[in-house]
Amino acid sequence: MSAFPNTSTVQTQSVPTWRQKDAKPFVQIEQITKQFGQFTAVNSVSLDIYRNELFCLLGGSGSGKSTLLRMLAGFEEPTSGRILIDGVDMTGIPPWERPVNMMFQSYALFPHLSVEANVAFGLKREGLKSAEVNKRVAEILGMVQLGHLAKRKPHMLSGGQRQRVALARSLVKRPKLLLLDEPLGALDKKLREETQFELMRLQDELGITFIVVTHDQEEAMTLATRIGVMNNGDIVQTAEPHEVYEYPQNRFVAEFIGNVNLFDGTVIDDERDTTSMRSADIDGLLQVDHGISCAPNQDVSVAIRPEKIRISREPIDLEVNATTGVISDVAYMGSQSIFKVRLNSGKEIRITQPNVSREMGNRLTWEDRVFLSWDADSCVVLVA
Amino acid sequence: MLSKLRLGRTAVILVPMLWLAAFFFIPFLVVFKISLAEAMIAVPPYSPLLQWDSSNAYLTFKVTFGNYLYLFESRFYLDAYLSSLKIAAISTFFALLIGFPIAYLIARSRPTMRTILLALVILPFWTSFLLRVYAWMALLKKNGLVNDFLLATGIIDQPIQILQTDFAVYLGIVYTYLPFMILPLYTTLEKMDLNLLDAAQDLGAKPYQSFFLVTLPLAKPGIIAGCLLVFIPAVGEYVIPALLGGSDTLMIGRVLWDEFFLNRDWPLASAVAVVMLIVLVGPIMFMRNSNKEAE
Repeated sequence: MSAFPNTSTVQTQSVPTWRQKDAKPFVQIEQITKQFGQFTAVNSVSLDIYRNELFCLLGGSGSGKSTLLRMLAGFEEPTSGRILIDGVDMTGIPPWERPVNMMFQSYALFPHLSVEANVAFGLKREGLKSAEVNKRVAEILGMVQLGHLAKRKPHMLSGGQRQRVALARSLVKRPKLLLLDEPLGALDKKLREETQFELMRLQDELGITFIVVTHDQEEAMTLATRIGVMNNGDIVQTAEPHEVYEYPQNRFVAEFIGNVNLFDGTVIDDERDTTSMRSADIDGLLQVDHGISCAPNQDVSVAIRPEKIRISREPIDLEVNATTGVISDVAYMGSQSIFKVRLNSGKEIRITQPNVSREMGNRLTWEDRVFLSWDADSCVVLVA
Repeated sequence: MLSKLRLGRTAVILVPMLWLAAFFFIPFLVVFKISLAEAMIAVPPYSPLLQWDSSNAYLTFKVTFGNYLYLFESRFYLDAYLSSLKIAAISTFFALLIGFPIAYLIARSRPTMRTILLALVILPFWTSFLLRVYAWMALLKKNGLVNDFLLATGIIDQPIQILQTDFAVYLGIVYTYLPFMILPLYTTLEKMDLNLLDAAQDLGAKPYQSFFLVTLPLAKPGIIAGCLLVFIPAVGEYVIPALLGGSDTLMIGRVLWDEFFLNRDWPLASAVAVVMLIVLVGPIMFMRNSNKEAE
């Protein structure tokens, strides 16, 4: 959190719960480990999630994110460690008694029941009167705009409609905590975007705490209040979306989220405000202006996002954070262009530039010699 | 192009249609024809449908419904039908009760294990059906293995009559037709998405509730198929009641046999067969309809 510069200028009256020192977490995951035989799916993960958060567990397949979610729902018992939800220890509590509902990746709608009956299923198990059940089913189906399809069977619905039935079914019991397993995975791009905003709106309206599992970093970035990045059963960073992007704590996070250029370097000078490194990759010096804890001669990586590098044909008179190369590839994407530049060291890096001007005449193109530079505060030093 | 496609389609349907016509419909018509004749001591032992009297140039067309009337007048045949339906229904129920857990276990076991278990279910078919029924006779008789075991363990002090009772018939039918119950059940249970059970539990259903509210309704097509496969042949079963049942075990298959081979009353036996077919159409239609509903 030290690497978050604007904390003090952000309005003080609504500091997010997770940044308050004495806030009480709503979900406490304490040293959870899950082993399947010899394989460790989740490795001693600890995590606090606060009320009204939309927390994203982000990771590739096999990272342990789904196993963690299944342990929260109660489908798997942790090998060791415990989970507390709203202060109550969930150890040994079966799924049907937990104040938690889950939206499944495959939606898991009951094929033999109508939309209405699918949504009513959970309420009936609570033993509610049928008038109350009908009222709440109609209410939630209205909320997801499916009232007119109440009598249909799941196989008569489109993918997007099924997704909304699954959402309605998991919300109708008003759980304290809603778990969503790849909620947008099966939808096409346009529908995903709409649904993303719908999810955020619902979460805001209902005030339920959401935990979303996803492998899609864009989805995590737009949806989440905070992201927990998982790799090989560990949480490798927990932070707000822009923090995960701008201040990755390690190489895995830097490379997993967005695109990044990594330069290897050796620390030559470590002062209070600047750290200097010599890098063979850029055939020059790298300088970072925020403090890191490292020792002279230590080998580190420096990460720079592609959009933070300036590119120009004019030579630049800078001693540090500058280099030169030849454009090896250009991709015009409309709003921006992507350049691949081969440095003198042979390393290829990626640069994105917004297409500010419409004219094509003087545009950078293949085989142009270009000079690159960036600011000292744009780089992140990665020790791990 | 279109006509070629249509020709192909017709050809595909034609093969099973011809098969059914040759081996079901035509024999059925023959049986139906015989059922309308009178029994005679002749070869074949029934009156002809058409008779040509050359001296008077008369063509006689003779049909009698006497056999059918006789079936309904005599209490004996009605009892035999009802008793057959009862025995078949009870056997089907027990086959379902025993077959369901077995099918469930196979469907939920590891894929390698599944193949072995399925092979075990089918294994009895490698031995002749008749031999297996004879084996049951050896097991169930007064000095058979079952009685010996019960005596040795002190559960009984006198050998009990198991063979030649209705119980032995139920046992025989359930034993014989169990694979026909297990296989369709296995197929539907194996197809089931296990996430649905997680979802049911997540929504507050206890395991027994998720069984009755999710697993069982989804297994309905398999249950219906299995029940039909056991019930229909069980109604007409002859060998099992003849070998394992007592003299008072009344089943229509036995009546049919007796009419054909002991009384040589082919027309009456044919009438019995035709009525049996009509009796079976009822439950089949009922199950077919409820299957449609399930879909």
